[in-house]
Amino acid sequence: MSISLAQPGDGWLDDVWTRLDMVSDPELDQSVAEMGFVNSVALTDGGDVRVSFRLPTFWCAPNFAFLMAYDMREAVESLDWVRRAEITLQDHCHAEDINRGVGGGLSFAETFPDQATAELDELRATFRRKAFQGRQEALLRRLLEDGMTPESICAMRIGELQRLELVDAARLLERYLEIRGEFGGPAGENDTAFTAPDGDALSSEEFSGYLQDLRRVRVNAAFNANMCRSLLQTRYGDGGE
Amino acid sequence: MYKTSDGEEIFVVDAHIHLWDARPGNQRNIHGAQFINCFHDYHSGLSPAEYVWPAEKFQHYGAETLYEDLFVNGYDDMAICQPTYLKDFYLDGFNTTEQNAELRDKYPERIILNGAFDPRDGEPGLEALEALVETYGIIGVKLYTAEWHGESKGYKLSDPWAKRYLEKAQALGIKIIHVHKGPTILPLNRDAFDVADIDDAATDFPELTFVVDHVGLPRLDDFCWIATQEKNVYGGLAVASAFVHARPRYFAEMMAELLFWVGEDKLLFASDYGIWQPKWLIEKFMAFEMPEDLKAETGVDLTPEAKRKILGLNAAKLYGIDVEAKKAALGAA
Repeated sequence: MSISLAQPGDGWLDDVWTRLDMVSDPELDQSVAEMGFVNSVALTDGGDVRVSFRLPTFWCAPNFAFLMAYDMREAVESLDWVRRAEITLQDHCHAEDINRGVGGGLSFAETFPDQATAELDELRATFRRKAFQGRQEALLRRLLEDGMTPESICAMRIGELQRLELVDAARLLERYLEIRGEFGGPAGENDTAFTAPDGDALSSEEFSGYLQDLRRVRVNAAFNANMCRSLLQTRYGDGGE
Repeated sequence: MYKTSDGEEIFVVDAHIHLWDARPGNQRNIHGAQFINCFHDYHSGLSPAEYVWPAEKFQHYGAETLYEDLFVNGYDDMAICQPTYLKDFYLDGFNTTEQNAELRDKYPERIILNGAFDPRDGEPGLEALEALVETYGIIGVKLYTAEWHGESKGYKLSDPWAKRYLEKAQALGIKIIHVHKGPTILPLNRDAFDVADIDDAATDFPELTFVVDHVGLPRLDDFCWIATQEKNVYGGLAVASAFVHARPRYFAEMMAELLFWVGEDKLLFASDYGIWQPKWLIEKFMAFEMPEDLKAETGVDLTPEAKRKILGLNAAKLYGIDVEAKKAALGAA
């Protein structure tokens, strides 16, 4: 039987970038592509994809670095023409282990048998919750700026929110709706659009205190993302090499 | 001493400075090289262009340069020298208490010497701490919980041995515990920057003051929450204050959070020298005004009074410095 190798087609590279753009740095809740972490993508005739990335410092936390590499592999391999995605982390204190682990399909604990006591589910969940809070805060601020009252915000249903048209802020809405199903209780059209992460209802009396709590989370993530961009640029320059 | 345009004198205590030796000859391994390179990226990324040093100078700048940059040009009246041992990365250490003591002895009227301990040193370490206090008369220590120590890669302040050390420190008359979190902690599945253990320690040791370096960054959100609950948790502004030049809006948002949650009485100015220089940090900090929209949104402001406290009065209170007497002594010298 002869094997016919897939030839890279038109738009395949763009497809890979689109998938990579959907992968977040879990700590910052920002796309790894948009952050500038991914510095090269190459396709081979056989349907293999090689992606390399690097981080703002040699010491960036290895657990988050592992999650990014793992998620990139999953995202790229979800394209039906991709046979295998090889993800390479460069210039990092744990690069060798992470590349070997993710490349070999190992879990985090399998990759670091002597240095990890558990997988990364808890870490991921902690930061996903912060991502929810950050996205919710950004959207709530926008709705308040547009003149909505806390009362009307607290009463809003998901269906209404979906139909809302926000000038120049469609992405804010999209990002919140993307994550709403993971936190905040039931997420059907008739369910409340804005709830606390554990599903508790918001009240207009407590609204301002609730927002202050969220603001802290958003400001921290924004500050860190900015720091990361600055360090990445210093480390690699604008060209990214 | 910083003088405002209307002649007011602002007393400055720089709560976090270093005098390190990171030259290749002192680097034990690749980690020593990467550690100082990383610091240099922080330095180059956020300093105004005219303050950026080449890598060689950054590796080792020496006591005279430090004196000029801090006390002649930099407005610092006093500076707290924080040790960072890193003996797994540097042959003689990065900057130890013993090395810093030479700097203090050279400029005793200017330098406040802090010590350090590592709970993983067990019983002998407790004796060493006693000797450290006896020899140098320190009232503050700086802990780096991400320090590598043989097989161990970091510890928590809630560890049983950490508690024993804190008890011992308190008994010896130590009052202030500076804590720095770092990225290189085991087990690797844990969030290396998690600040929850500081909450535990602050509750267990209400008479000690815990100064969290870099205001808990990159966990500012969790730090703010802890500092709101615990009276004895303060924030050191090293790293954060450097944003005042290159990223003033981010600086403003962060200061608004800190003033709202932590308050102007529990924040300490710090340059993290040699990473950044107090001269430009203080000039920009004094010139900075909280944007109107943030004032309206958060209800806080960085007033001249808040600036005075943050730049020096808060640290003076913690370290028992009589500001008027000190001003007079420095003025007469």
